[in-house]
Amino acid sequence: MTPSNMQDYVTILIADQLFGIPVLEVHDVLRGLKLTKIPLAPAEVAGALNLRGRIVTAIDVRKRLGLPELENDEDGMSIVVEHQGEPYSLMIDNVGEVLSLDMNELQPTPVTLDSCWKEISGGVYRLEKKLLVVLQIERLLDFAGNSTIAA
Amino acid sequence: MDDLLSEFLTETNESIGIVDASLVVLEQDPSDESQIDNIFRLVHTIKGTCGFLGLPRLEAVAHAGENVLGKIRDKELTVTADVVTIILEAMDVIKDILATIEETEEEPAGNDADLIARLNDVAFGTSSAEAAPVAKTEEDIPAGKVSEEELEAAFQAAEGPDEELRPGEVSLEELEAAFQAAEGPDELPEPAVEKKEDDASETAKPAAERAAKESSIANQSIRVNVQMLENLMTMVSELVLTRNQLLQMVRGMDDNEFTVPLQRLSHVTTELQEGLMKTRMQPIGNAWSKLPRIVRDLGHELGKKIDLVMHGAETELDRQVLELIKDPLTHMVRNSADHGLEMPKDRTASGKPETGKIILEAFHEGGHIIIKISDDGRGLNSEKIKKKVIENGLASESELEGMSKQQIQNFIMRAGFSTAEKITNVSGRGVGMDVVRSNIEKIGGTIALTSEEGHGSTFTIKIPLTLAIVSALIVECCGERFAIPQTSVLELVRASTNNSSDHTIEMINDSPVLRLRDHLLPLVHLNEIMRLETAADEVADQSEVKGAEEFIVVIQVASFVFGIVVDRVFDTEEIVVKPIAPILKNLSIFSGNTILGDGSVIMILDPNGIAAVSGDAVVNSDSSREKEETNQTLKQEDKIALLVFRAGGKDPKAVPLSLVARLEEIDVASIEEANGKKVVQYRGQLMPLTTIDDNVTIVEEGRQPVLVFSDHDRTMGLVVDEIVDIVEDYLDVEMISERDGFVGSAVIRGKATDIVDVGYCLQKCFGNWFGGNETRPFGQGSDKQKILLVDDSPFFRNMLVPLLKTAGYDVSTAENGVDALKKRDSGENFDIIISDIEMPGMDGFTFAEEIKGDDRWNETPIVALSSHTSPDDFDRGRAVGFSDYVAKFDRDSLMSALTQTLKASGSSK
Repeated sequence: MTPSNMQDYVTILIADQLFGIPVLEVHDVLRGLKLTKIPLAPAEVAGALNLRGRIVTAIDVRKRLGLPELENDEDGMSIVVEHQGEPYSLMIDNVGEVLSLDMNELQPTPVTLDSCWKEISGGVYRLEKKLLVVLQIERLLDFAGNSTIAA
Repeated sequence: MDDLLSEFLTETNESIGIVDASLVVLEQDPSDESQIDNIFRLVHTIKGTCGFLGLPRLEAVAHAGENVLGKIRDKELTVTADVVTIILEAMDVIKDILATIEETEEEPAGNDADLIARLNDVAFGTSSAEAAPVAKTEEDIPAGKVSEEELEAAFQAAEGPDEELRPGEVSLEELEAAFQAAEGPDELPEPAVEKKEDDASETAKPAAERAAKESSIANQSIRVNVQMLENLMTMVSELVLTRNQLLQMVRGMDDNEFTVPLQRLSHVTTELQEGLMKTRMQPIGNAWSKLPRIVRDLGHELGKKIDLVMHGAETELDRQVLELIKDPLTHMVRNSADHGLEMPKDRTASGKPETGKIILEAFHEGGHIIIKISDDGRGLNSEKIKKKVIENGLASESELEGMSKQQIQNFIMRAGFSTAEKITNVSGRGVGMDVVRSNIEKIGGTIALTSEEGHGSTFTIKIPLTLAIVSALIVECCGERFAIPQTSVLELVRASTNNSSDHTIEMINDSPVLRLRDHLLPLVHLNEIMRLETAADEVADQSEVKGAEEFIVVIQVASFVFGIVVDRVFDTEEIVVKPIAPILKNLSIFSGNTILGDGSVIMILDPNGIAAVSGDAVVNSDSSREKEETNQTLKQEDKIALLVFRAGGKDPKAVPLSLVARLEEIDVASIEEANGKKVVQYRGQLMPLTTIDDNVTIVEEGRQPVLVFSDHDRTMGLVVDEIVDIVEDYLDVEMISERDGFVGSAVIRGKATDIVDVGYCLQKCFGNWFGGNETRPFGQGSDKQKILLVDDSPFFRNMLVPLLKTAGYDVSTAENGVDALKKRDSGENFDIIISDIEMPGMDGFTFAEEIKGDDRWNETPIVALSSHTSPDDFDRGRAVGFSDYVAKFDRDSLMSALTQTLKASGSSK
């Protein structure tokens, strides 16, 4: 096993499912910032917030994954990622530890998954107790085609 | 050193650096079209700028280089190492020359004929590769194809001093001196004479001193990456927020040891913020400063007389935007001068002043910066464009068939299109409008074009303020706050839905409207547009408390005025507009977002987007409603604003509001008598006063209301008893008056009202008052100009006839087009026809077509008179042959249109 095969993931929890985001993609972890709603925006866009002078678009990951809303949304946390130079804040339930995983262990996404899960998944790691789904930020943010704008 | 020159040196050195790098990339991957486009553009710019700065040697090299690049771009030449080498060689020569210019401010003497010939060989075929350099020694005309040679020769001739004239720096300077004498010293930053002296002393100076001077020039300004400014800006914003928080904390405690340092911090922060903002803002005039010189040089080069008019140079623009539009603007002005304006003799032939005009305008509108470039040249020739489009394979003939004129004209902004019949040194290499368009679109702008063949073209560039600082009005709707750019806000109105205030929102089939003075203002509810419906709102809906008081923000977008209903209005704030996240780009109702002073993010509404959205609603509504609305608008058009007043008796009297220049109240004591008439001193002139009839009494003391009518420089006052109201109503004159001074009677707001004949009043005052020295219309000689007035409304006929007669025309009338054509058949002739557009039976457009299609009256100019004055109508009017298009009731415009049209037709005869 060579060190270059190791990848560090920040683990996040959404509706009891464990996800992982490559640690270098995570810019910030936030909690409880005031959101400004954006009317007419796609449902997945929860709003915009001010992160130290930068306007960050907040994405409701639960909506994106077709999950019900978090019951008490004050408990939620966000992690800030950057995509094509634009900052996005991903609203999630909780942030866990950082895991170092061997990329050789990455399993392909099961084909039977729900289509929107399949879209965002970059593979699955079999951890001891749980399964960890690798989040593909790029895919996660690609929902403009869903045309929820008109709704 | 000349500002222009030093900037040119910096810029060109940068460009050459890019060209060098790009060429190498291109050599590795010859299929990379973006590279070749980029290189070509840069070299084209270098060439162009050299021409304007009078650097013939540089220009010649760049021109030859560009020829080769042009062939590569057009895929007539494949990229090989040899080709790249020779272009690089050309770049090196340019670099060397630039270095010398930097030292001496003078183009070094030298000969590049060999290089140019080799470049031309590459560009125009290698058949004569060997012969060319040998056969042509000093001459750099390539022995390519004949046509090319001719072209090149034309280019040489247009060039003025070229290779052979090399020591002929003198002739250039002579030109310069002549220009100097003609234009006055402030036109040129540096007089030629001074420059000469400079040069003389320069050479005498020791080298060390020269070097010192050089470095001082370099130190005057530094180039800072915009990204760096952007970062600084973000940091300063954060600083401001932190300061605000601190101030908030300290505010509660009085006499605190923090107070003084905090005040200083606050002060410095504000200054820092302002200073930084200033670094980004520049008046657009900076981008224009070179244009007068460029246009002047172009004028000389092309043998045209060009007048460049610039308005709104102080309009501020974000530096980044400014940088990006600078080149497109220069290009467009060059295009206007080169392709747009005709040669002086062609202009005189078509009855235009010899000197062509290019007008450059900049202003803010609806959250955008609008830049207009218009010329009064030959306009665009649709046929020529069509031909070219087919030639270049941009569209097929059948496709063109179905296109409007506008669509066809827009082809000139497509890549690979150039209308110039021959390639000139100035423009017309297909680097032109397509580049301009792509540059403008890159910064999120749009470019539109209107052109009338023979009358000139207008390009309108619209750039969003996404990078600029704007003042915005903060409003609230359903608990959410939004910012509206102050530039598009006309006014704020507080309204109620239950008659508790002056303004009430009324409904027409579920569409809210507001009576605002003499207008009916269409309204949109912001919450409906935003589809915001909060729980609180629903409750309010049920309790019917909602809307007891609402605020209406009156917005103007271009000519469309409408109101946005919001729940609350806060303050205005200066904001820095930040572009919206890319995934939200298709939300047209937002122009951006920003962070407010309190740290919260706020969306900025785009009035244009809202107008489009609400306009869509109309289009999408079912057809029956649509019909209803059209009916309604039709009726509305017949409505005119009337000023109702009382004079002599209780009965109301009325006059169309548009005829009244002003309403005044004059002090009775100031009324004087002169020449047996009552006059008053008004705005430095004597204004005669008159009354409608003898029943009107002027009070003994106090103030008396007066309606002021004005006609050119003459004004008169009509003394009335009381001004009652301004109403908008249908005007249907039911009884024609027998009495002098009245047109007739109409029902206005349910009351019989006498309509005053303003023409009569004017005549009464001026008939013998100004007597002979009355301003006569153009061409007024022994016989009067004959006018035919075609209008179905007796009111307008009655209104206009006296006015036109007072102005000295001989007027005949016709009720409609058919009636007018009868006059034609009976052999009558007129100098000009004024025609209404909306008429029963035959409308104005058909009427005009009818006239233009028959040779009896087709020489007679027709002026359209209409309440429709949208650009589309205007275009349509022009298309069917109207010489001018005047809004009904706009008396001044009508008069000037008449004079102008008669003048134009008079000189063309």
